[in-house]
Amino acid sequence: MPQAKYLIVGGSHAGLEAMDAIRRHDPEGSIAVLTRDDRLPYSPTILPYIVSGRSEPGKVVLRDEAYFASIGTTFVPNATVAAIAPERRAVTLAGGGEWSYEKLLIATGARPSTPPVKGLDQLPFHVLRSMDDALDLRHALGKVKSAVVLGAGLVGMHAAENLLKAGAKVTVVEMRPQVLPGYFDADAAKMIEDVFTAKGARMLLGRSAASVAAEGAGYRVTLADGEAIDAELLLVAAGVTPETGFLAGTGITVERGVVVDNRMRTNVDGIWAAGDVTQADDFFGAGKVVGGILPAAVEQGRTAGMDMAGDPTRKRFPGNVPMNTYSFFGNYAFSVGQAAAAGDGFEEHRHVNGSYLRIVLKDDRLWGIAGINTAFDAGIMWQLILRRTNLAPVKEAFVANPRDVGRALMSRNWR
Amino acid sequence: MGKSFSTIRFVPEMCDGCNKCMTACAVAKSGTEDLIHSRISIVQAADKRYELALCRQCAEPKCVMNCPSTALTKNLANGVIDWDMDKCVNCLICTAACAYGGITYEAELGHVSKCDTCDGNPACVTACDRGALRWETHADVFNAQGDKEDLFAPGLSACQGCNSELLIRHTLRHVGSETVVAAPPGCIPGMGTVGYNGKTGTKVPVFHPLLTNTASMLAGLKRQYNRVGRNVTALALAGDGGTADVGFQSLSGAAERGDQVLFVCVDNEGYMNTGMQASGATSFGSWTSTTPVGEVMQGKGTDAKDLPTVMMMHNCAYVATASTAFLEDYHRKLEKALEASKTGFAYLHVYAPCPTGWRFAASMTTEVCRRQVESNFVTLWEYDRGQGLRFSRPVDRPRPLEDYLRIIGKYKHLDEAQIAHIQDWVNRKVAFLQKFVATEAVA
Repeated sequence: MPQAKYLIVGGSHAGLEAMDAIRRHDPEGSIAVLTRDDRLPYSPTILPYIVSGRSEPGKVVLRDEAYFASIGTTFVPNATVAAIAPERRAVTLAGGGEWSYEKLLIATGARPSTPPVKGLDQLPFHVLRSMDDALDLRHALGKVKSAVVLGAGLVGMHAAENLLKAGAKVTVVEMRPQVLPGYFDADAAKMIEDVFTAKGARMLLGRSAASVAAEGAGYRVTLADGEAIDAELLLVAAGVTPETGFLAGTGITVERGVVVDNRMRTNVDGIWAAGDVTQADDFFGAGKVVGGILPAAVEQGRTAGMDMAGDPTRKRFPGNVPMNTYSFFGNYAFSVGQAAAAGDGFEEHRHVNGSYLRIVLKDDRLWGIAGINTAFDAGIMWQLILRRTNLAPVKEAFVANPRDVGRALMSRNWR
Repeated sequence: MGKSFSTIRFVPEMCDGCNKCMTACAVAKSGTEDLIHSRISIVQAADKRYELALCRQCAEPKCVMNCPSTALTKNLANGVIDWDMDKCVNCLICTAACAYGGITYEAELGHVSKCDTCDGNPACVTACDRGALRWETHADVFNAQGDKEDLFAPGLSACQGCNSELLIRHTLRHVGSETVVAAPPGCIPGMGTVGYNGKTGTKVPVFHPLLTNTASMLAGLKRQYNRVGRNVTALALAGDGGTADVGFQSLSGAAERGDQVLFVCVDNEGYMNTGMQASGATSFGSWTSTTPVGEVMQGKGTDAKDLPTVMMMHNCAYVATASTAFLEDYHRKLEKALEASKTGFAYLHVYAPCPTGWRFAASMTTEVCRRQVESNFVTLWEYDRGQGLRFSRPVDRPRPLEDYLRIIGKYKHLDEAQIAHIQDWVNRKVAFLQKFVATEAVA
């Protein structure tokens, strides 16, 4: 049975950052990275740009064979873990074969959620989570004249833009009353929505699909309110679900994701988890949440890797902070923290003048910030939130110019 | 061992917000003065002072870790984070990952931009005439010395914050294993250099001469090695007592004879390992256990003996002063001294502020070293026989002497008259040394 001191299941950002963090502290211990994909590691975040043709599969390899060889890591593609036996410290692969480990990291990411729409289980449809998904959608682009996108999150919005640019008639259906919920408040979301509407999309917000059926070579999507929309292509982008099916019976606590502490440890000795598969602390104190964003995967992966290797400089994961960078039709938008928060205890500052900026403070600390076509350094804002920097002495200047005041605070405080 | 890289350093107290750096960057990157193209950002803080946002070329770059398109990579040849426009998809996640505002999106340009250090010759640094931006090349020392064997044992018992251990590790790495070390009584053997528990603190032969005979013992030893045809460096690591006071007679003799010795004086201005008594190198006004502060005395009443100048007057093959705050300068001088010691007497005088005896925080040693030099309290220079004296750092714009004196406990009691006395001593010393500066090389 092949064995690894550190066995990493999943070959995207969380797993790879854990690998590098382990290697920085432990130059000798054997590391193996298993991935179910049949190709070198890539980021799910790149997929919309594969669809659009802006990038190519060969250009987005996060680590190549030479890199794995240079740090003495075994990379194993086509390896789907089917089961874990914690008592034997071994994993079983689908199709046979086992790996034993001393320390195991679960970084299997997430898969597209299937919303409860009648008929969806009977039909093939597009999703966007793997490179194959992206290539399928790219192949369809330009061939279809109409499309329905279920879901107005980041994946749905990117896909809708790609479809619009390819000349398709696009209808976006979103259950909630706005696009990109959670990241932008209703007014900002409306600005983004209006851009899409102006580009010819039909944005059906606050409406849900009730059923889907085949209609000719395409689909007929019937909404809960009875309206029927026919389209040649159906893309389901209703969020993602942590990939935890293979953990049944292992004793590992799984709620919506794998539950981890702030060192990314699961409840089972010798097993860590990081990235989109986890349910980890929320920075704002909302308990354990499923984060599902790239920067969180990187931080969690590093945290897990350092803890697995016993790195004395390891730090605790400070908690998930929502974050979103989004460019669309030549516009750009940022959202960091709870930028849509409102109500008691929250102090809101807005500038709306063609562009958009909303700053949310609580007790003179930055709680969230979102902007459309407004320049600020999202990374500095993230640090201001994480450090709970007291903005009282500079509040007026900060809300007027978060970019420059943020830079001055950075340079002074964490130079 | 990995490689280390040069970097752009910002000294905020020197910046007056002139923006020349930003203009120079815009010109270098776009050919226009439009600051939209500048990759360096100077901003004014609430207290009207200036601050900087610029790519740090991190060793563990978050922008690279968060880049889904592999457009950002760490260049292991020069340390720069390279950005590949062809691979970038404008997802902007890097701008959220970077804690320093080092990679930013400019809507007018339509893509992110970041500093590339202009291939190691940054236009912003060249443009900055305030001294606020500096191209720091200390990494060169690490790259040149880092892979060499550390010939000093781990776990030696110098006081916390003492720079002697740093100095000795650097020195022994540089001079290499074909060396015999003489360490007369003082802090250097006291910290274990000559050995304890039957072992030596160095990985080269080391011996413990008397305070009085270090230079003569080394001279004899070197002559014997020469006689048997071995090329060995004879290195003294001595304190200021063993050099300027008790050890001076044999030192002067060896220098006069031109014996092939590399003599390093580590000057902490006193007999620090035996209870902080004053030496001839102790500076005016210093509190020591033999020059106390009380009703009669206010610290040492006489000026320090300026030994490096005395050694220059011996017409040695090479004489230089050095500071551990300027290690590149030290290594350059050490190389010259090593070479000179093959034909004659080489003397290096290295300043070693003592946190224990001088009463300053252990964390401040390098800062004290830096301020000594920047205030002209000590000057960095070298003397090549036949070439005259050359200052290796400019002495014409010193920082105020009090910047140096006020962070050191042994000067705490100084009154204005005493400070004026020290200032006068500093001025006279610099003026005196300037007389030896060769305007052109003497044949």
